[in-house]
Amino acid sequence: MRKYSESIMKVVFLIAACVSIIAVILICVFLFASGVPAIKEIGISDFLLGNSWKPNQELYGIFPMIIGSIYVTAGSIIIGVPIGLLCAVFMARYCPKGLYRILKPAVDLLAGIPSIVYGFFGLMVIVPMVQGSLGGSGKCLLTASILLGIMILPTIISVSESNIRAVPEYYYEGSLALGATKERSVFRAVLPAAKMGILAGVILGIGRAIGETMAVVMVCGNQAIMPEGITSGVRTLTANIVLEMGYASGLHREALIATAVVLFVFILIINLSFTALKRRAD
Amino acid sequence: MDKYTIENLELFYGDFKALKNINLNIKEKEITAFIGPSGCGKSTLLKTLNRMNDLVEGCRIKGKIKLDGEDIYGKIDVNHLRKRVGMVFQKPNPFPMSIFDNIAYGPRTHGIHSKSRLSEIVEKSLKDVAIWDEVKDRLNKSALGLSGGQQQRLCIARALAVEPEVILMDEPTSALDPISTSKIEDLTVELKEKYTIIMVTHNMQQAARISDKTAFFLLGDMVEFNDTEKLFSMPEDKRTEDYITGRFG
Repeated sequence: MRKYSESIMKVVFLIAACVSIIAVILICVFLFASGVPAIKEIGISDFLLGNSWKPNQELYGIFPMIIGSIYVTAGSIIIGVPIGLLCAVFMARYCPKGLYRILKPAVDLLAGIPSIVYGFFGLMVIVPMVQGSLGGSGKCLLTASILLGIMILPTIISVSESNIRAVPEYYYEGSLALGATKERSVFRAVLPAAKMGILAGVILGIGRAIGETMAVVMVCGNQAIMPEGITSGVRTLTANIVLEMGYASGLHREALIATAVVLFVFILIINLSFTALKRRAD
Repeated sequence: MDKYTIENLELFYGDFKALKNINLNIKEKEITAFIGPSGCGKSTLLKTLNRMNDLVEGCRIKGKIKLDGEDIYGKIDVNHLRKRVGMVFQKPNPFPMSIFDNIAYGPRTHGIHSKSRLSEIVEKSLKDVAIWDEVKDRLNKSALGLSGGQQQRLCIARALAVEPEVILMDEPTSALDPISTSKIEDLTVELKEKYTIIMVTHNMQQAARISDKTAFFLLGDMVEFNDTEKLFSMPEDKRTEDYITGRFG
């Protein structure tokens, strides 16, 4: 009887494992099956490198959106990484225990806030701030970068913190014993030892930033143009899909799915480099 | 001349008294060995000498420790103290960076940035620990690729690179094979010409082989402190005799 139930459970586990793999495979098949023909029809270079996205004129160039996604992500990294890293250093090496008990759940909470709420926060707080200080509509590359920078903080903080904590204490002690200050020991001996793990956290953050949709749509302006400066409106790949999917049909619809293919390839590259780094870190 | 003067030293971890009324003078340019069974306080005492025990939460001391007559628990710069008093740890702990950067870490910390000056220091330090010929062609390779014995000599070189006066060694050979151990021992004996060396060791033969003075600790007490030769041939205290003849420990 016992053996019987054991083998049943084995099958249950196997099915559970298969479901997630099958989901990934189905998504791939669906994406490529619907997206690749559209890319062929539009022409791969016209699609990837075309400067105009005008569905009513049958122009489907997503280059501005690719650049938009890259700029917004890069901006969020420039803003989020220094803050997140320093926060992680503080939490791992400086934070008094009492404060840590508040800080840690706060960071975890930051990770759990729905992105639509971030979007509202961006709309109500960051947009007016940018508008007030730099003029324009306030819905721009800079605003989206700031908001995404905040959104990737929890990822960067928690991955960096655990990697900093995982550095053996004897590096820190070895540095102190040479007469180095606490700051120098943390930044020159402990951090370099954790750098692979920290980099992995940054890549995870990039993945989150590039895939973020809702919050970005609300603050980035959404003009399908090449961004000309940090106060220029911008449209990301994700925004492009969500904005037009509701009413698109025919080739337009397929072009949007093809946009998702490009996004998917981006995420794939990011995930592969994350895995590669993780392996090197361990 | 006395390098360290320890007067009525008591050390507490919270309520636990780990060291009881230690009085000890450590002479310059000698090797002083601390021996005793595990938990006797010998490593604890070693760590008070460069204030690494500051890192231990709930650790406090009473009494005085003077280095060249100056109270190291008074108003002094702890980082400067640790520059003067280097330390070699039980487990070799080279930083995860190149051999060159490992040695240059200390000098850079203390403001030396000229490339040629750093190269000189690296070469000299590595020569001092007799490892230069083994590593001179791979100075830019990671120090973690060295063998355990080489790593430990690298760590000694790293300590020498900041030109300390005293070197504290916390069971420096306990993680090493016999050949590496004997190399480190020979090295230690050579180093005492220039440095005051204080070594904690589990290995009584090691203390007998290389040290000039030996202190025997038991349960936080310093039971006996004497010339090594005397302590091992004619111990004054019954407990020392029991320990060195292997009746316990």
